[in-house]
Amino acid sequence: MARIDLVDLAHSYGGNAADPQSYALKPISMTWRQGGAYALLGPSGCGKTTLLNLISGIVTPSRGKILFDGVDITPLSTRKRNIAQVFQFPVIYDTMTVGQNLAFPLKNRGVPKAEIDTRVAEIAKLLDLTPDLKRKATRLTADAKQKISLGRGLVRADVAAVLFDEPLTVIDPELKWQLRSKLKALHRDLDLTMIYVTHDQTEALTFADTVVVMHDGRVVQSGTPAELFDKPAHTFVGYFIGSPGMNILPAEVRGREARIDGHAIALDRSYDALPAGARIEVGVRPEFVDVTAPAPGLLSASIERIDDLGRVRFARLRIGDAKFAARVPPGFSIPGNVAGLIFDASRVHVYADSRLIEGAS
Amino acid sequence: MSVTLENITRAVDGIPTIRDVSLTLERGTLSVLLGPTLSGKTSIMRLLAGLDKPTSGRVLVDGKDVTDFDVRRRSVAMVYQQFINYPSLTVYENIASPLRVQRQPRAEIDKRVREAARLLKLEPYLERTPVQLSGGQQQRTAIARALVKGADLVLLDEPLANLDYKLREELRAELPRIFEASGAIFVYATTEPSEALLLGGRTVCMWEGQVLQVGETPKVYRHPETLRVAQVFSDPPLNIVAIEKTNGSVQYAGGVLAPASGLYAGLADGAYRVGFRAHQLELATGIAGRHAFSAAVTVTEITGSESFVHLNRDASNWVAVLQGVHEFEPGYVLDAVLDPNNVFVFDPAGRLVAAPGAI
Repeated sequence: MARIDLVDLAHSYGGNAADPQSYALKPISMTWRQGGAYALLGPSGCGKTTLLNLISGIVTPSRGKILFDGVDITPLSTRKRNIAQVFQFPVIYDTMTVGQNLAFPLKNRGVPKAEIDTRVAEIAKLLDLTPDLKRKATRLTADAKQKISLGRGLVRADVAAVLFDEPLTVIDPELKWQLRSKLKALHRDLDLTMIYVTHDQTEALTFADTVVVMHDGRVVQSGTPAELFDKPAHTFVGYFIGSPGMNILPAEVRGREARIDGHAIALDRSYDALPAGARIEVGVRPEFVDVTAPAPGLLSASIERIDDLGRVRFARLRIGDAKFAARVPPGFSIPGNVAGLIFDASRVHVYADSRLIEGAS
Repeated sequence: MSVTLENITRAVDGIPTIRDVSLTLERGTLSVLLGPTLSGKTSIMRLLAGLDKPTSGRVLVDGKDVTDFDVRRRSVAMVYQQFINYPSLTVYENIASPLRVQRQPRAEIDKRVREAARLLKLEPYLERTPVQLSGGQQQRTAIARALVKGADLVLLDEPLANLDYKLREELRAELPRIFEASGAIFVYATTEPSEALLLGGRTVCMWEGQVLQVGETPKVYRHPETLRVAQVFSDPPLNIVAIEKTNGSVQYAGGVLAPASGLYAGLADGAYRVGFRAHQLELATGIAGRHAFSAAVTVTEITGSESFVHLNRDASNWVAVLQGVHEFEPGYVLDAVLDPNNVFVFDPAGRLVAAPGAI
């Protein structure tokens, strides 16, 4: 286990003379605490895999340093960094038994046999692999093989960190639920620093204590799932977290009032000194808007359709030219195709050039 | 036009992969094949396309037997999970390629390519080659090519599985409109219940090479004819508990005795299994008429809008979903509550015998 510090870390595949705007990873500095569960979340091309590869040592940074417990490990090879990795596709030895596969990372490091046996038994129990320990790993399903890969990643207690690169991609939905909650329980029991890379918000939010959202080579916000949901620091976080994401609408904001599509909406906080010339938008999540019959004083929207997702329904609306989504209760129906919207003022955020503005109370 | 699979069975090396499947697909409809990996979704598509031949049974197009026609003699387009484009051709030429093969007039090709590009939001990228595109753009190119071909039957085999989460969300929302505009027969395979619900249309629920249930998607979701269908069509996984009804009471396995109220009232005495989805399990106490179970929290997963609470109750694992953020310590013991009007009840053979009327 280790605390990990990223110090002014950046990377360009074009070499360090390239234009900083083109960097795959723009300079970041942050600290990941020992024993934490972190997710790096973002769309493809956001730099999350580059960052993971820098930590594992597969890629050497163009600038900056990585410290494990205060020690600069930037020049060290992957092997010397003492980390474990789990990849998107299973990496196991078909000719060995499940137990031998789990024991391999320990054996490789010369761990005494008694200790290996104890640890393999412990990990097998946590992953429900105990009945399979003596089975050959060949002929197992992709799901089962990936479970062994997870076990191999977790079997060493002395690693600085365990890195997961989209480990549940090949897993069916039902088993995903089991493995995800298992991973979370394992994290609790094993006290390992875990870093999990994914584009899937559900995986990131459910696994991690701290989710690091990346966009265009930068960290746009790092926080708990609740923080990212309740108070996105950037419109990208609002859009990317949540399904559907946050509604972002162009607006004029003065004091405690936002004008959207010519209509005034009350705000919970006061915004007096917004940056001049900035693009001003308001953001509100589909969960915090009530859709009701149109009435004077309410912002009106046209209803395009209702998406029935089983346990929840979303009305797909349009305000002027802008698309808008709002959660509606079961049995929702209003006459005609025009609705009135009621906003929960405490849940409406104001953004200037995509960044959250903290209003005054 | 319509395509019919009539008592189709297919065995590979003597092992059946498709077991007695009968299915009719009509023009202008979308059918979602929903089932886990290896349930037979891809096998059904290959049979529909004429890429594989059935061991027994017939494939009919408008009533005409085409079982022995191979793929070249069928009007079919297919999109795979792994997007396939011609790397040396521009997006425009990739989309145009089936029309060039059909020797369509230049003006017609241009019209159809631009129409498909507009539907799939590819207009800004028409002059690029696939390597200059993101995964989502490449898959949209493959879908556009399948649409432009004008095939009667368009097969999409987990087309969004390799795409980023957010892109999937956007494409899923767009696809039903695109399908509606085209008028072909669409068949879409997925492992994910939420994807089936978003796409709408009809759902064909598959398990171990068999079709378990076919119907309007929300209807299959809300009225699963068997326990297995309810399981395939639940995400998070379906919670299950065994009950025994006797003399106006239900005895839940693991020791809760409750009055046989709600949906239980109409059941004959005997053994049943009760299935309920995560949102049907509540964690609020003190509501009259509910059946309460003592359960221990194993893990809480928080997405911001919802919290998934994993519970251990009498050696089985349940999941509850709550709106908003709720964090419970592992090991915390709480009351999980069921509304006897809001459960699915299955007989010992797994057939649905009671379900919530209007949800």
